[in-house]
Amino acid sequence: MMASVEKIRAAHCILAEFQYALPKVERGYANQTLYVNLSDNRIVGKPVDERMKHTFVGGRGFGLWLLWNAVTGSTRWSDPENEVILSSGPIGGTTSYPGSGKSIAVSLSPLTHTVVDSNVGGHFGPLLKFAGWDAIEVQGQAEEEVIVFVDGVKGIVQIIAAPQEADDSYILPQQIVELFADTPDERIGISSVSAGPGAEHTLMGCLNVSFYDVRRQSPRIKQAGRGGIGTVLRQKKVKALVVKFVGVRGDANGPADWAELTQVGSKMHREIRELDPLMNDMRGGGTTMLVSIMNEFDLLPVHNFRYGSHPEAEKLYKAAFKPYFSLGIPDGCWYGCTLACSRCVERFQPRTGPFKGQEVTVDGPEYETIAGIGSNCGIFDAHDLLEANFYCDAYGIDTISFGTALGFAMECYETGVLNQEHTGGLDLHFGQAEAMLEVLHQMARGEGFGLVVGQGVRRMKQMFVEGYGADAQFLQDIGMECKGLEYSEYVTKESIAQQAGYGLANKGPQHDEAWLIFMDQIKKQIPTFEDKAEALHYFPMFRTWFSLNGLCKLPWNDIEPADNRKKYEPRLAARVPEHVENYIRLFRAVTGRDDLRDPEDLVRMSEAVYNFQRIFNLKMGFGTREYDAVPYRSMGPVTKEEYESRAQRYDAQLHEIGFDPEGKSIGEKMAALRAHREQQYEALSDAVYQRRGWTREGVPTLETVRRLGIDYPEVVALLQKHLG
Amino acid sequence: MKVLVFKSELCNGSRACEETCSQAWFKEVNLAKSAIRILELADSPDHFEANVCNQCGKCIDVCPTMALKRDKRGIVRIDKDLCVGCLSCVGFCPTLSMRVHVDYTVPFKCVACGQCAKQCPTGALSIEEVPDAALTETEKRVKVVA
Repeated sequence: MMASVEKIRAAHCILAEFQYALPKVERGYANQTLYVNLSDNRIVGKPVDERMKHTFVGGRGFGLWLLWNAVTGSTRWSDPENEVILSSGPIGGTTSYPGSGKSIAVSLSPLTHTVVDSNVGGHFGPLLKFAGWDAIEVQGQAEEEVIVFVDGVKGIVQIIAAPQEADDSYILPQQIVELFADTPDERIGISSVSAGPGAEHTLMGCLNVSFYDVRRQSPRIKQAGRGGIGTVLRQKKVKALVVKFVGVRGDANGPADWAELTQVGSKMHREIRELDPLMNDMRGGGTTMLVSIMNEFDLLPVHNFRYGSHPEAEKLYKAAFKPYFSLGIPDGCWYGCTLACSRCVERFQPRTGPFKGQEVTVDGPEYETIAGIGSNCGIFDAHDLLEANFYCDAYGIDTISFGTALGFAMECYETGVLNQEHTGGLDLHFGQAEAMLEVLHQMARGEGFGLVVGQGVRRMKQMFVEGYGADAQFLQDIGMECKGLEYSEYVTKESIAQQAGYGLANKGPQHDEAWLIFMDQIKKQIPTFEDKAEALHYFPMFRTWFSLNGLCKLPWNDIEPADNRKKYEPRLAARVPEHVENYIRLFRAVTGRDDLRDPEDLVRMSEAVYNFQRIFNLKMGFGTREYDAVPYRSMGPVTKEEYESRAQRYDAQLHEIGFDPEGKSIGEKMAALRAHREQQYEALSDAVYQRRGWTREGVPTLETVRRLGIDYPEVVALLQKHLG
Repeated sequence: MKVLVFKSELCNGSRACEETCSQAWFKEVNLAKSAIRILELADSPDHFEANVCNQCGKCIDVCPTMALKRDKRGIVRIDKDLCVGCLSCVGFCPTLSMRVHVDYTVPFKCVACGQCAKQCPTGALSIEEVPDAALTETEKRVKVVA
């Protein structure tokens, strides 16, 4: 590979260059954002003012605000006006507290046609800030393949025509390190954002964000998977965004109070050292430990979310993956993350595709990947899962959308909606790993049935109804998408709070807003609608705060202080109060702001951005009640087989609602259960809207936006149109 | 490897070692800047224990930038140019002997320089040869010599 780097570099042509003076990062901000237009090769620095910081904080908030000002209600995802924005946030780049290096990507989604956010590890966001920029905003449409290079050593931004780099995210990040590090010591200062050929040919492209692993002597990648932002990047002909910054120090983020950071940071590291092995063992297995838990509680998606467990799921438990992992060395995706969930498989040999037989490095797998491509598609082989994970990343495909979309296509095949003629000869029965991998390779090659699956569940439904005469209602019921985004990998049939956690989520059904299944279904801590609505207010707002600040959610509740559950009653314990206190200390220590005193302040901070995102959906023609509707598969049994598999449970529930199942046909019982569950979902939506300060149609009221300080003229005008 | 060894039965709690350490490395007498800490045992007054790095090297495997390495003597040292101030080593030190002081972003530790042993009035501290520590995962993987 080294030999070809000179040749690749020789083919570079600088299309635009912009020089800037490196600002000092103060209290978590560089106080400017970088705007790059690929249509006319303009590069501009934009100042960040106090109101922007106060209202939108950073990260997702900055992304939403910049994008709001860049697009109109009629902008399509593929229009040059659409942008890809990445921003970390004020805490992002802090090295002393675990999980403080996230970047949040924002764009108009090819899957949902409205705004989407997706968070990702890797070094890009923090290094971008240290290079002088709180966010990068890429607009326009390049005519040829380009790399946008932010050189935080020299203070130069370039748009570079880059015709010869690899187009996959396995080789490309390696080439980028060699191309942009002037010396071996600079490799650690390079991070890239790239997608791949799969992103180009589908609507479910992910972003791969790299960080250089000094021990493995190679870049590794983390994914901003959701919503097809990688597809937008490739649509713009961006091969990669690259940042270079060398010399990260403990105070690179310019904290107001370093002394406080040393206290709260080293305390948390100690807690992880002592307790992680006893709790989730993230350091030993990452999120793979979730597979057994979900399977045991009937929450693991199996066969397109028909079922919640499977006898073969054990083959996908942590123990099946652990022998593959190289452990015992740092695996944080940003400095100082000692929770270190980023698992790595070295010297893996794929058995198919362009890397067949070669030794490659796989980053992952995460729980979502195992559940989505594994159990949800009936595939129970660890090696196949690692191979799928590898190629999804290399091709720039979101493993969640891929797994959920393929599971849907497989059910369509099993039920006769699709046949081998439609699939180009592929046997798409559940469990067909060969077909799964072939669909993935087809996505990268831009051919065959891979192109169909790559359109996602929503468009497949339409294609199968219009093209193959499928029953529209059946496909609506089993197609696990909401707002156009594929579900992430939890079965929600028995947790109405989680049904709404998915259905009411701003970007579509992703678990990063609210994960309430255990509180609701297992521990029964939120029995009433008011309880559920409160949880569906608090948790989405609280979790939004992570994405404003460049934080990871895992060190919040995937580790708890030893006395958390003794010290607090269960519902409060679920909030992990001591860690919330850590975050308040962290925010104050970095920003020096003293207006964040208690958890309610933190929730208020998020509420402004959360509501703004809801209103952004409204601007794009969505954002009202009808778009919060969920497929019935997420609520209850669509088919007789599903009902019968859990008949005792469903019969008992019918009793509870005063419907005697005795002597009733299965059809009658299913209809009664469905009517009840659908009514419950609507009633819960009412309660949540009310708690959030929205109308019955799910629109934030003028009073709400005034209270939150987001009553910008355009916002008010938009709301007035909807509020009548 | 040669490490600093403490004999509690000889210690009189004069804390000359702490003063010497901070003076030697930070040019001031400030016990918070000493790599060695002398603690009086709560249940037996006038008896002391020392907290100081035993050069086990566990910190080497938690440093994300490989700023922690053994030198030729086997002593674990921090490369200040590589340290990103993440404090992972501070939190993960088995004996809590990696220090951080608010005046600096780079942690510090005992490097067995022996200054404190020379100043100890009772001979409670000495530099002694002990068996080499086991290789860390990092050392097995990459040959690193400070």
